[in-house]
Order: sequence, then structure tokens, then C-alpha cells
Amino acid sequence: MEDLLQEFLTETNESLDVVDNELVRFEQEPNNAEILGRIFRLVHTIKGTCGFIGLPRLEALAHAAETVMGKFRDGAPVTADAVSLVLVTIDRLKSILAELEATQAEPTGTDGDLIVQLEQMALDGGVPQAAVEELTIGTLTPQVLERPLRPGEVSLDDLERAFRDTAGPEDKKADKGGDNRRTGERRHPDTLPNGNQTLRVSVDTVERLMTMVSELVLTRNQLLEIVRRHSESEFKVPLQRLSNVTAELQEGVMKTRMQPIGNAWAKLPRIVRDLGQELGKDIELEMHGAETELDRQVLDIIRDPLTHMVRNSADHGLEMPADRIKAGKPAKGTIRLSAYQASGQIVIEIADDGRGLNLAKIRKRALEAGLISDEDHPTDAQLHKMIFAPGFSTAEKVTSVSGRGVGMDVVKTNIDQIGGTIDLKSKPGRGSTFSIKIPLTLAIVPALIVQSGGERYAIPQVAVVELVHRASNANLVEDINGAMVLRLRDKLLPLVSLSQLLRLPKQSAAESEAFVVVMQVGQSLFGILVDDVLHTEEIVVKPVASSLREIKVLGGNTILGDGAVIMILDPNGIAESIGATREDRTIDDFSKKETVLDDDSLKSVSMLVFRSGTGALKAVPLSLVTRLEEIDAKKIELSSGRPMVQYRGGLMPLVPADENAKLSQDGSQPLLVFTDGGRSVGLIVDEIVDIVEDRLEIKVASETPGVLGSAIIRDQATEIIDVAHFLPLGFADWFHGKQGVAREKKKLLFVDDSAFFRNMLAPVLQAAGYDVAALPGAKEALALIERGASFDLIVTDIEMPEMDGYAFAEALRANARTAHLPVVALSSTLSGAAVSRSERVGMHAYVAKFDRRGLLQALKTASADLQEAA
Amino acid sequence: MNKQVFTETEFVTAWISGQLFGIPIARVHDVFEAERITHVPLAPAEISGVLNLRGRVVTAFDMRTRLGLPPRESAKKQMAIGIDHDGEAYGLLVDSMGEVLKLSTETLDAVPINLHAGWVAISTGIYRLEDRLMVVLDVDKVLDSRKDTLAA
Repeated sequence: MEDLLQEFLTETNESLDVVDNELVRFEQEPNNAEILGRIFRLVHTIKGTCGFIGLPRLEALAHAAETVMGKFRDGAPVTADAVSLVLVTIDRLKSILAELEATQAEPTGTDGDLIVQLEQMALDGGVPQAAVEELTIGTLTPQVLERPLRPGEVSLDDLERAFRDTAGPEDKKADKGGDNRRTGERRHPDTLPNGNQTLRVSVDTVERLMTMVSELVLTRNQLLEIVRRHSESEFKVPLQRLSNVTAELQEGVMKTRMQPIGNAWAKLPRIVRDLGQELGKDIELEMHGAETELDRQVLDIIRDPLTHMVRNSADHGLEMPADRIKAGKPAKGTIRLSAYQASGQIVIEIADDGRGLNLAKIRKRALEAGLISDEDHPTDAQLHKMIFAPGFSTAEKVTSVSGRGVGMDVVKTNIDQIGGTIDLKSKPGRGSTFSIKIPLTLAIVPALIVQSGGERYAIPQVAVVELVHRASNANLVEDINGAMVLRLRDKLLPLVSLSQLLRLPKQSAAESEAFVVVMQVGQSLFGILVDDVLHTEEIVVKPVASSLREIKVLGGNTILGDGAVIMILDPNGIAESIGATREDRTIDDFSKKETVLDDDSLKSVSMLVFRSGTGALKAVPLSLVTRLEEIDAKKIELSSGRPMVQYRGGLMPLVPADENAKLSQDGSQPLLVFTDGGRSVGLIVDEIVDIVEDRLEIKVASETPGVLGSAIIRDQATEIIDVAHFLPLGFADWFHGKQGVAREKKKLLFVDDSAFFRNMLAPVLQAAGYDVAALPGAKEALALIERGASFDLIVTDIEMPEMDGYAFAEALRANARTAHLPVVALSSTLSGAAVSRSERVGMHAYVAKFDRRGLLQALKTASADLQEAA
Repeated sequence: MNKQVFTETEFVTAWISGQLFGIPIARVHDVFEAERITHVPLAPAEISGVLNLRGRVVTAFDMRTRLGLPPRESAKKQMAIGIDHDGEAYGLLVDSMGEVLKLSTETLDAVPINLHAGWVAISTGIYRLEDRLMVVLDVDKVLDSRKDTLAA
């Protein structure tokens, strides 16, 4: 409680200071709706927080002030009297806060005098002047200048604020916004020397550090670029050290800015609990991914919006318990908050299982507000968006909880401010889900540099799944009525040409669009055709000028090592502009149970019915199954106790569909193969029964992992399995299982002459559970082995000075001690000739440098082979 | 006796399509040669692209397009006037630079009403120099092209 209170005090004092300043400005510019909007929101927030924290006196006062502000917003004349009255109210709020801070309790007393006047003001817009004078406490004289400020002048308030915010010689700086009466005398010596090993550093300091580190990274990249051109440079070694230090420094500074999102959620359980009591609702708040880290600055900005949205969900979203029971739902409503990282963005979702948005009411309100006309027939999605319009509220009565029309527009404003987006899905009777996506605006990100139409572009690595070279692969690009698709393994991948997307001038057809960059955004997978793939580089994302921010497919720009400015593509924007976000069913269905519960699924669906284990029928939507296989049971191999089968040139883990499912000992074993993002898992079943077309309606939800619930299919109770459960099982388990058996980490030798790649990949390999030794050259590696070092796996670059990767592999083959070691080749060029040459020298696999996932996969396969051999 | 008080302002001047323009010197960050401009796909026509000016990304803004003039033909070096607008760096592309002039408001006239509406919107006045006229540009309005289009 004390923490909560302290946070509240700091925040509220800050807000009140802003209100002070803004009010003074507002009086000078009474028509500036923006200022008024800000004041209104601040007062609203203060009121809200007071309400939840249980400070009735403050809440009542703020509520009265807000009512007056609301009148201003509705167009009541802004008189000096009215503003003074509000200022006096703010003074009163401050004095109560000061007491509160000193005594940890809201002082007794009543503010009836002020509230009466405020209410009077709200009613008729006037107040007897004398009454105000009488009640003025006298702590603050509104410092109103008689004339507007000239350019370059600073208002008295700003000046005073600057003085207050500046550290004095002894730096006994009180909390920001503390007024004079509070400073000094009532401060507890709560920070004991040597008590806490943390420092409070001003955000500005960290910001400045961050800017400088960004510059340092750019300079480092420039130096790397220069050295790359002079292979025999004496700067190489010191530059590598500089590069390492820069990377560490960068990481360190980034880390200081990060905070878990849970910090912003800390207040919510209490708020929801109190709200539930106030509204007579039983509410459960679920929180997932509280450890997801966010930039501090971003966190501060979304804190209030999140609180607003949770309140909205509780107040408007969830029905009263009686109504819920009537609708066949549990009496207890659920609000689910989740946060996770996806393709370079932080996604925060606020979902409730309430009544969903009332479209009819929104339409009515939108008509009233003039947002649409009678002739307009907005789609449901368009109607949903309207709740973000300023002043829009469908709450029938103004409650003290939410509903004055402050809320969603504030939320949107705040999120826009940090370049994020907010989206909303709602189903009548089933609830609403808001998803906020916040892009990484200031981060330094690894990016793939590609070329199209003669210009270079950067694609954030996080979104890149793999690269496909069109010419050297049997992969075929085909055309369906002008839409390009690529046959990639077992799937059709939608393709879009980058130069068409960006409307770039046509290039010569000969060498254009030779590569496909396969990207994953959220749940959808698509390919971008580019002319060339150049290299990877850590880029500093610089925001584009505001006039370019409308261009959705661009996420910023950056300066490359060679000094050129290039544009960064925004994977989400691309996905949006090609419509990939709408749906890519194959992947979408893997991830969320909700898809199955979707209304659309009430239409008939092809279901694959099978038997496994206990004999109850099981089913899975056929669209999720990549392929049905019957394999020879003898071909199933056990690798550290886990069944696997060689499948299409790789090892595919097998997972039983039911705990009791048994592997066939001989004969054939039916399998359902699921593929996600290039990885396949075989689900072991006893028997494939049938494929049926039926409505899929889950009657009974299931608690059993791997089972979504039961449905009636062809008049028989059938368990619908959750594919999303089995897919990761195949990989995570397989991998961890192996670790457990091996007991100790595999020793991996990583040879690459580029410090950049060593720095980039070594942590990736470490994170994947290998004990990594990274060396800059084959000579050094051989010398190390000569000295007796032993390794389990070797990863080597191909293009290296002195001794290249092929020669290195041959040297290893020649040595009896290392001849058996699996060698994985890394290269920035992918060509058929290179791959076959790597095979000739006995390399285990050949992976593109930028394909991290491919590398890890190759290593897993390689170590699995090793295990077998041993 | 004339009681009116005249003030003097310094202007950075530049030529665009044979017309002299002036920008108050206080608004001008620097003057530079715009090299290696990277084209920004899908950008508004008046944005020529972005470039690297001493480690800072500057948005190159084509004054000819903004003023509704035909594109420049000569391949001579492209000069730009560096401006900070709302904390963002812009480079206004001009044909060539003129001198820095110190001018008294005595020679300042209002924008003639018959000037092209697009020009009226972005100029604050006309100075009567001895041999020619100089249009004073309001850089904020020049760069706020979106607001303009709304008004039009």
C-alpha cells in the first residue's frame, strides 16, 4: 500500500503541476481544444486514481473540477473566474496531498465549500466573486501574464518549474512538483547510506547515453566498412576489440532502459478488485507475460492507457453476474492481459469475455456525433474503430468509473505518440480484445540489407524466417491470376514483389528478383521478392520525418556503414498492405484456440477423425494437417528415448497424440504431419478413421493439455485436439531431452573471420545450449585442436582469408582425432556449387549466415547423428 | 516625420527558378550541398528523399515541387538550406544560393493578393530590393504541406 501511495503521490503531483501550467495557458487561449483536452484527461486520471486508491475527499473534489472542465469542453465560456476557481481547487488538492504524504492518511475535513461552487459553476457558469476570494487558501497566485508570450519568452510558471527542477548545490531536491511547503521539512531520511545498491539516474542521462551509444555504433559500422575494404589493415585487431566493447556498451545501456511491463500492471489487481466491489461484479484478472521488457519511456506512456482500458473492460465490457448466467457464461468475468514480443514489436492484449461492443449503440452515437451520416453503411470493423474518436462514449449514464468519453481517445493518442497501433476485435456476447502493438522505435536492431530497383533497404532480422534463392532451387514461383505464389516445401507461400510494393522503377529483367525473403509477421507468413541480398548489419533505427510517417511499409531510416541513408521496411506495414494480416490460416490456427471457437467455424469444416490411445475418437481440422503419412514402423528410430523418423531429408520428431498411444512394433505406423515455419512434427495415431464435413462446435471445453474440448461430430462425441500443443512439444522436448541425457553442454567451435558475425552468432549458439569457443581463423582453430582442445561440433565460415572453410574441413578430415566431427558450413552466398563442394569435403550441412533458425536446426540434426554414432 | 519604427532582419537568400527567396537567418541551420539523396518510395512528391548530413538523417524537400514549378534541369550541384522544423531536420532544395542580406522592414510589403494561392500560403511578405523583389518564405508553412492541402 505504501508503494502504491508513494507512486500515486509522485504521479499526481506531477499531473497537478502540468494542470497548473496548462490552465494558465488555457485561459490565454480559451479556444485551444487541445490544451483543454489535456487538462481534462489529467484531471480525469487524478480523479480515477483517487477513487481506486480510496481517497474519497480528493476524488469528490477532482470530480467536481472535472465537471466544470467538461462544461468548458462542451463550449461554456471560459471566464477568468472559472479558471481561478479550478486553480483554487487544484491548490486544495495539493494541500490535501501534502498532508497525505506527511501522515499517510487523507486528512479529515470537507471541501463542501469548493464543491458547491464548482457545481454552481458547472450549472450556470458563474460564481459570486467574493466567495472565491474568501476561500482562497493563498498558496498560489495564478501567474497570468497580461499579454501573450513573445517568441523566446518563458512563462513565469515554466521559469519557476525550471528552478524547482534544477538540482541545488546540496541537491536536496524534493519530489518533482512538490510545492514549497512540503520541501525539506517533512522528508523522511528513508534512503539510508549503503542500504540499497541501486542508483536513481535521471532519464535524461540515460537518454543522452543512448544517443551517444547509437552514434558510437554508427561510427563503429563505418570503421568496419573501411577495414572490410583493406583486408590487411593493422586496425583490424583493435577494431575488433572496439567492436566488442561497443556491443557490450550498447547492450548495457539498452538494459538500463528496460523494465518489465509488470511494473505498469502492479496497480491493476487492486484496481480491478475495488472496481468489482463497486460495480457488484465478480472479476478475475489474468496476467500473462508480465516479465516482457519494455523501454522505460514507452512503459510510462502506456501505463495510463492500460489502466483506462482495464477499467473500461470491467465497467462496460463485462456484464452483471446475473446477465452472464442468463447468457450461459460463468458468473465470474475474466479480463486477460497479456504481453509478448512478436516480429520486433511488443504486443499487449487486453481481452474480456464480456458482452462485446454494442454495434447498434455505437452506430447511434456515431450518427449523433456526426461521424457518419444516414447513408453510410460502415462495416463492423469501421464501427469498432469509432470508439477511438474524441469524445465518443456509449455509456448510458456517466459513472464515476469511466465514461465521460475520456478513455479510448486518450488511449489512442498516447499510443499514436509512440508510433504504436491499437486494434480491436469484438464479438457480440463473447467479448472484446484490444491489441496494442508498439514498434521498436529507438532500438538498435540486426537487419538484413537487401536491394531492389537499384536501392538498398533494411529488413529487421526478427521478421525474417529464411531466404530462398530462386534460381538455384527447385522452388517454383507460380502465378494464380496475377498473384504470385511460391511452392515452398509443403506449402504455398504468397509472394509480393518489393519493387511493385514500393512502386519502384522497373529494372532489367535479367537479374531482378532473384531472392525471396520469407517473413513472418504475427501469425502470417509471406515472401518478399528482392533483387539481391547483400549482408546483415546492426542498424540504428532513426524515425522518419513526420511527413513520411504515413507510409506504412517504412519503419524508419538508418545510416549504413558506408554513409548512405537507407529506408527500413516495416514488416507489419508490409503485411498489412498486402493483406497478409487478414488471415493465413495454416499458421493462424496453430497458435490460438480462439480461432476454432470463432463464429466462422460454425460453418462446416472438414475434420480428420482418428483414433489414438484410450479409444475415444479424436479429430483435428483437416486444414491444419499438412500431410497424412503411413511409414514403416521399422524406420522409426529412437534418439535419446524420443522417437524420430527420417523425413524429407531431415529428422522429424514424433509425438504421441495420446499418452497411452503405442508405437507400432512392425507393419505401418500412421502419422499426421504438421508443419509450422518449416518445422514438421509427426503426430502418432492408432488409426485414421475418416474425413467428415461437419459443423465444429465445441460443447465442453477441456482442461487436458492438447485437447481443446469435445464436440459432436457425426453424432459421436469426439475430442478436438489442439495442434498448437503438440508442435512445440516435438521440438522443445526433443531438444531438452537430449540435454538432460548428455548432462553437459556440447562443446562447439565457431570459426569466423568477421568479429561482427562472431559477436552476433556466439550468443545465439550459447543461448541454444552450446558451450561456444569462437575463433577468428582456421589456423588458430587447428592450433587450438593441436594443443589438445576437443569439441563436439564445428561451425565454420567459408569465406576466410588464409585458409578457407573447405580447406579447414579437409584438414579436420585428415586428422584422425577430428575426422568424425560434424562440420556445419556458414556462408553469406548460397549457390548449388558451394553446397556440393561442401558435401565433397564432408561437411554436414551448409547454412546461410543470416539463417539462425536453419543453423540451430542443422546443429540439432548434426548432434543427433553424433549421438547415434556414439 | 515618420513615427514608424523599422527593424532590420537578416535573410539567407536563394534562387528558385529565377525568383529570389529569403528565409530569416535565425531559422537556417546550415547551407550544404545535397549529395547522395536516397529516394523514399511512396513519399509525397515534394519529398525528394533523405540524406546523411554529418551523421544526421535529413529529409530533402524539393522547393520547386512545393512551389508548383517544373523540375530543375541543370545537373549542377544541388544546394540545400538546412532547417529544423518540430525537432526534425529538413533540407530545402534550391537552385542556387544568394547572398545574406540585411533588410529593413521599410522595404517590406504585404504579399500581393493576386499571387498564386499556393505562394500566398507560404510567404509572409515581399521585400522591395533595388533591382528585384524577394519573397519571404515561412518555412513552417512550407513544411506543413498537409495542413495546406486540408485548407484548400
